Amino acid sequence: MEKIPRQKMPVQDAKERIKNFSSVALGYSEEQAVLEAKRCIQCKKPTCMGGCPVEVDIPGFIKKIAEKNFPEAIKILKNKNNLPAICGRVCPQETQCEIKCVLAKKGQPVAIGRLERFAADWEMKQGREQRAESREQRAESREQRAGIKVAVAGSGPAGLTCAADLAKMGYDVTIFESLHETGGVLMYGIPEFRLPKKIVKTEIDYIKSLGVNIKTNVLIGKTKTVQELFDEGYKAIFVGTGAGLPQFLGIPGENLNRIYSANEFLTRANLMKAYKFPEYDTPIDIGKKVAVIGAGNVAMDAARVSLRLGADEVIIVYRRTEKEMPARLEEIEHAKEEGVKLHLLTAPVRFIGDENNNVTGMECLKMELGEPDSSGRRRPVPIKNSEFKFDVDTVVMAIGQSPNPLLPKTIRGLQVGKHGNIITDEKTGATSIPGIFAGGDIATGASTVIEAMGAGKRAARAIDEYIKNLKR
Amino acid sequence: MFNIIEKSTPATSINKFVIEAPDIAKKTFPGQFVILRLHEKGERIPITVADTDRVKGTITLFIQEVGKTTIEMGKLKSGDIILDVVGPLGVPSDIENFGTVICIAGGVGVAVMYPIVKALKEKGNKIISILGARSKNFIVLENEMKINSDEFYITTDDGSYGEKGFVSDVLKNLIAQSPARPLANLVYAIGPVPMMRVVSEITKQHNLKTIVSLNPIMVDGTGMCGACRVSVGGVTKFACVDGPDFDGHLVNWPELTSRLSVFKRKEKESLDHSCKLLKMKPQMNADGHR
Repeated sequence: MEKIPRQKMPVQDAKERIKNFSSVALGYSEEQAVLEAKRCIQCKKPTCMGGCPVEVDIPGFIKKIAEKNFPEAIKILKNKNNLPAICGRVCPQETQCEIKCVLAKKGQPVAIGRLERFAADWEMKQGREQRAESREQRAESREQRAGIKVAVAGSGPAGLTCAADLAKMGYDVTIFESLHETGGVLMYGIPEFRLPKKIVKTEIDYIKSLGVNIKTNVLIGKTKTVQELFDEGYKAIFVGTGAGLPQFLGIPGENLNRIYSANEFLTRANLMKAYKFPEYDTPIDIGKKVAVIGAGNVAMDAARVSLRLGADEVIIVYRRTEKEMPARLEEIEHAKEEGVKLHLLTAPVRFIGDENNNVTGMECLKMELGEPDSSGRRRPVPIKNSEFKFDVDTVVMAIGQSPNPLLPKTIRGLQVGKHGNIITDEKTGATSIPGIFAGGDIATGASTVIEAMGAGKRAARAIDEYIKNLKR
Repeated sequence: MFNIIEKSTPATSINKFVIEAPDIAKKTFPGQFVILRLHEKGERIPITVADTDRVKGTITLFIQEVGKTTIEMGKLKSGDIILDVVGPLGVPSDIENFGTVICIAGGVGVAVMYPIVKALKEKGNKIISILGARSKNFIVLENEMKINSDEFYITTDDGSYGEKGFVSDVLKNLIAQSPARPLANLVYAIGPVPMMRVVSEITKQHNLKTIVSLNPIMVDGTGMCGACRVSVGGVTKFACVDGPDFDGHLVNWPELTSRLSVFKRKEKESLDHSCKLLKMKPQMNADGHR
């Protein structure tokens, strides 16, 4: 049989796409999806599944795509993954499942993520939902667990997954979200051109259809305390409040105007739709030359949003080399195609402002790589007397986020780590307080959507066990 | 969705809203604020809560018309709906028996000061209130403040009511004339940034500890975006979760002033845009379009 090559993802042309916020990656056609699915050799002991935190039956759903049985494909996906259209777009498959694909040893792995996206998008196009499990199963589990209340704080990927899995088991689940929109980082963090908000809303509607209640504008710890939730009859609480605290460098001039945290910059652009200002009320002020400090996915997002908001020049400033950049390769490539420039081995030491307190430039130091540090990456070391300046009129700090301390601080006796992360049992999400579980960035620090979803899934299982034991 | 139970306009361009929000009313203490968003395309704006009624489950807000959203809000009536309200946010004001407290409020800042004064009075403090407004018709909550004060002064910039001049003039006089040293154990100053700054500069000379309530630009209000960062004693603080109350002697006032003006141009653009839309509507109707 002739070998089928890995199917390329069709994309919007770079010159065009920097003028709009529409999707960059356009998705496989049916023919492409079937061809790609046929590349899967259906291993007896599939190694790819070991890389999936939400335990998707990868060869199973791919086989159905190869057979053009798309309804079955999406059912298999949704059996484990409540947010397949989202995961198919933002999961780093290249370091999760695809890296473990046997085909990767000799050539290109099966494009598992793109196939997942295809199946989920196919379902959305039909306008009809495929139920993950049979009605009988649902009825039986509902009987056992009906009326038992579980609360989830935060509606990001961890909270949504935990809530959906618990609802599937039959629990009466309520998610409390402090923002006006559901979805957490999926709404405020990841830009429209990488993850359309309509897709997020459709997948959240699916989770609601499972019976999950969602209450927005409720900040657990302030509007309601965890103790009050227990008093109201919630048997367990899952905390998935994310890594909402932006980090800064702590260098002079950081509070000058037009220096944004990536959180603020992206929240304005994504959640508040500042790119549609003044139709939408929230503004964003951006100059002609933007420097984004940092080189993770958030930095790439901020850089690409800047281009679309009309910046002439956007540079990524990073203290190590391209090899150490934590962003997904695909995101780095997309950013470069769009004209984002990399200033590597460069670290800012201070920002310079004008008489109106607007940033006009930055002073940097040149770096070189020394010995590997605790992360295994070679540590950047400043080169003496290498200071140099360049002009910028907008800066976005994308150097990481810490867990948001707001809720943990209000729970007496809750054990937190030195970075403010809630300490949990990795397998169950159990915290130091019985009945309180946690997962996602609030427990691990900034990580990926899929890792947060995995934590939500494990916690749902542990919460079920915990509640069963309560009844005994 | 949140119902407006009552709306009135007690002073020129200052609107009072009583909003049904039982969960928030139950939890709000003096000094705390809410963030609200009027509609799907609206921005999130922070407003300090002026009063709560835990029995009726309502919160009271005084909102001055200064920009697009606050002007739009001024057009709402009793029975209308606000799409989103979240709170209470921020750390409550520190309410103890300090002894004598001078409470200085400028403009709509009186609405922020009022619950603090009430709580301080309940704790047994001697309250010296100094209210200031641009002109007579910009004064709100005068009687409510008076009832809770042991000494009460009021000024207007134009002399149309009370003493002509600024709250800082009254403060300076009090300091100059009073034999008591110190004159007070604590000063609260809430109002426009220039006023809080001037008061803090005066009290610093006399070593009078001064608390101010800051109002920087915010988006989420839960410590997530960092838009509201202020330098206090050389350290960056987030007003939404570390404040809004800070030591006025330690605040970097020039930085705060400039950060508040960062979207000035955009704010004007937004206002112009909405004015244009409002003006266009009747014309379009007259032409018979849409």
